[in-house]
Amino acid sequence: MRDVKQLSVSGIKNGTVIDHIPAKNLFKVISILGLEKFDNRITFGTNLESKKLGRKAIIKVAGKTFVDDDVNRIALVAPEAKLNIINNYKVVEKYNVEVPKEIIGIARCVNPKCITNHEQIITRFTVIPGNEIALKCRYCEKITDQEHLNIR
Amino acid sequence: MKSRSLVSINDYTKEEILKILNIAAEFEAKPEPELLNGKVISTLFYEPSTRTRLSFESAVSRLGGRIVGFTDSSSSSVSKGESLKDTIMTVSNYSDLIILRHPLEGSALYASEVSRVPVVNAGDGANQHPTQTLLDLYSILKTQGTLENLNIFLVGDLKYGRTVHSLLMAMSHFNTTFNFISPKELQMPDEYKLYLNELGLKYYEHSDFTEIISRADIIYMTRVQRERFSDPMEYEKVKNIYVLRYAMLENTKANLKILHPLPRVNEIHQDVDKSEKAYYFTQALNGVYTRQAIIASILGLK
Repeated sequence: MRDVKQLSVSGIKNGTVIDHIPAKNLFKVISILGLEKFDNRITFGTNLESKKLGRKAIIKVAGKTFVDDDVNRIALVAPEAKLNIINNYKVVEKYNVEVPKEIIGIARCVNPKCITNHEQIITRFTVIPGNEIALKCRYCEKITDQEHLNIR
Repeated sequence: MKSRSLVSINDYTKEEILKILNIAAEFEAKPEPELLNGKVISTLFYEPSTRTRLSFESAVSRLGGRIVGFTDSSSSSVSKGESLKDTIMTVSNYSDLIILRHPLEGSALYASEVSRVPVVNAGDGANQHPTQTLLDLYSILKTQGTLENLNIFLVGDLKYGRTVHSLLMAMSHFNTTFNFISPKELQMPDEYKLYLNELGLKYYEHSDFTEIISRADIIYMTRVQRERFSDPMEYEKVKNIYVLRYAMLENTKANLKILHPLPRVNEIHQDVDKSEKAYYFTQALNGVYTRQAIIASILGLK
């Protein structure tokens, strides 16, 4: 038998569990998905032990399934993330995030002389394939690497 | 090319490049002082670049067009804090084409996205300056009779020089052999070398060119700037290697021409000016014909 008290925090009846988020990027994921504006019940845990990531975070959003485009945007900061779609307490679908070809309006260009850092412009980057995520700015053509990645 | 902005040299295919160069030759052979009658061209120069601005304004004037605009942002509404978007939206009501020079990178592409009329990039920071590249190509074509199978020497600052990067991209259509001559600190970036590898084009890297200069069809000189070196000693060691002097031209090919985007400082000694191989001033004149061709083509008049 499950502990009912624990269930109220960690289990959800219907919704999405996003697992394997690097702990340091939890709040970036929250911000990219716009969770701070959600009315649904959301629970998260961070600094959990993970063999793969060292410290991971997990987010559970009740009553919400995300569309692919939404979710793939978090690949920038959580490329290993896994999504579990929950229906009636059971995992009905699992999938990994995929890095999209184009990133629109999330990241900031690293180049201080890029026009996007001076005018109100929705940034657009093409994703350069490789182990580490690197983004090429549509406007100034400079490359922003993982280390300098800034989410706005 | 009609109604299409020109932001980057990569916006044009090989055929489109050749078409522009053809039109430039037509303008050189036969001026058309009435062609732009009734047309208004804006020149928006957010930073001073007298040479480029005069070249564009001369190109428009010699075709009979009118010019509105500003020559530096302190004398315009920009100094009141107007955004680039608002300026472009407004000015596109007043003119048939906008020529934009701006210190920020990507500004020309952004302007072309918000403008109702085509935008020609006259330099966006360290990023692109496609009309310079087209006038370089016109100069090469005019002096060599062809763009195919040439041996081009790019000399000086190959790391930061946007003109050499754009020229490389454009010349890669024409089976060019490249010789890169630069100090180690200022070598051609890997991305361009990889690009040439993919195309199967030959390139060679050197730190000095006195030995090999006899092979060159075109020498394209750029300035090695002191501020690019983290160690001033390194600059002192190399600064004279990349200065072209008259005596060095002794055993060079008869068809060799020396190009430079100007302004030059000391990288081409003034004694080279007397050589018929010195072409940089005529190159600047070619800029007028090339810019006429670009404007006429975008306005659908050629």
